[in-house]
Amino acid sequence: MNLKMMWATCLRVLMQLKNDPRSVALILVVPAILLAVIYWLYQNEVLAPGQPRTFDRVGLMMLGIFPFTVMFLVTSITMLRERVSGTLERLLTTPIHKADLLVGYALAFSIMAALQSLVATAVAYWVFNISISGNAGWVVLISVLTAVLGVALGLLCSAFATTEFQAVQFMPVVVIPQILLCGLFVARNQMNGILEAVSNVLPLSYAVDGLNEVAQHADPTRALTFDLLVMAGFVLLCLLLASLTLRRRSA
Amino acid sequence: MSHRAVLPEPDGQLPFPHPLGMSPPTPALPLKPGRHDAGTSVRVENLTVRRGRMEVLKDLSFSIPSGHITALLGPSGSGKTTLIRTLVGVQKFVGGSIEVLGRPAGDATLRGEIGYVTQAVSVYKDLSVLENVRYFGAMSGCSHADAVAAVAAVGLAEISRRKAGALSGGQFSRVSLACALVSKPKLLVLDEPTVGLDPVLRADLWAQFTAMAAAGTTLLISSHVMEEAGHADTLLLLRGGRLLAQLTPAQLRQRGGSENLELAFLRLIQADMAVAS
Repeated sequence: MNLKMMWATCLRVLMQLKNDPRSVALILVVPAILLAVIYWLYQNEVLAPGQPRTFDRVGLMMLGIFPFTVMFLVTSITMLRERVSGTLERLLTTPIHKADLLVGYALAFSIMAALQSLVATAVAYWVFNISISGNAGWVVLISVLTAVLGVALGLLCSAFATTEFQAVQFMPVVVIPQILLCGLFVARNQMNGILEAVSNVLPLSYAVDGLNEVAQHADPTRALTFDLLVMAGFVLLCLLLASLTLRRRSA
Repeated sequence: MSHRAVLPEPDGQLPFPHPLGMSPPTPALPLKPGRHDAGTSVRVENLTVRRGRMEVLKDLSFSIPSGHITALLGPSGSGKTTLIRTLVGVQKFVGGSIEVLGRPAGDATLRGEIGYVTQAVSVYKDLSVLENVRYFGAMSGCSHADAVAAVAAVGLAEISRRKAGALSGGQFSRVSLACALVSKPKLLVLDEPTVGLDPVLRADLWAQFTAMAAAGTTLLISSHVMEEAGHADTLLLLRGGRLLAQLTPAQLRQRGGSENLELAFLRLIQADMAVAS
């Protein structure tokens, strides 16, 4: 791995984003707006005294789900373009190492993801007064990690699509099942055995578990550490698999 | 049978009888003198490439002299791009051997020394001309000044801040060229670089290629426009995945019995078909 090439790739991807202000605006603003929609959705909720708002639970989970979804889409399409336009093949004839390319990509989008998470978390805290026990820093960290997870999965999935149309079709295959099973609609321990088993191998489940840990405990717990490690493991696994899909030579 | 194409010996026989019955074999014309000469850049022996079940290249043998322009010519679908991709190391082959700059094709150490310009323009449309060239330059450790020089070399200095996607077709393809030039490769491989360019630009580019060869770069340029062949030192004539001949433009004119290179090539093809049938 060569840090210079990795950094050049990261800067190049950021530069491409900079030249596309509309996409940047969408990345930064859309999760915050959707959060507002969820807030208003539960606005007329009748609460018994002492009962937490549904928004506190659902809104918090969204801080993990939105970045994951957005970054998955953005990355898989960007990477697909790289494959289709011939720039990938060209790059692979240069001395660049595959890891430089993938990590450069992941880093650039992670920077975007961090900004996105900061905006969304700030809105959740300061505009909608979300109330959770733990430190907001943990929320941002999990949120960034889910975004990176989306990036890594997107890099991987782009290998299995040949057109942008197909790439978008991976959304319902890869992202929606994770949203259904992550514990947003039904707590994971209340699902039937099969679905719970499936949810155990889906990375987004650990993001939501981690967010719940932060919500319920003022101090970081052992379970939170575990969730973070599992997510990091998934990121590395996806990047590793993605690097296997980058072939310098075609048959 | 082997389609070994070599520059004919001074008293050489044609690889196949000439059915048109003209122009007896003539002595090989020496390559233009005064060029940098360091032997052979590419040596290909009995190369066979299969894509799927199709045998795209069949038993090719030839060599590319250093510091010269070699034009790879042939009709669409003759295997030009596959041959180029195999030489730069992105296409696997099933038989034969390729030595590029003294190493096997695809060798990791070759990546910094070969410039490859694909047929489709492969640059980032959403980056400026200079940003594109700087990025590809960074892969070979080139400086900002190198990038500026490469942009100037293809005549895009004045519009170097414009987005590549906003340029005209001719300018766009020159961005791709600049991205390959920036690393000052020893071997520059260009797949149809002049396609869709106007005559003035084409002449311009060929003048540039000639200057580069004079400076010691080895160039392999594919084209399906036979008129361009006149600019090259050596021609590789490809048809149906086989190498018809390797010769100089003058030899092609003589063998094909026409000053018109296109017609000469056509006659060679007809001669080959006559042998095959």
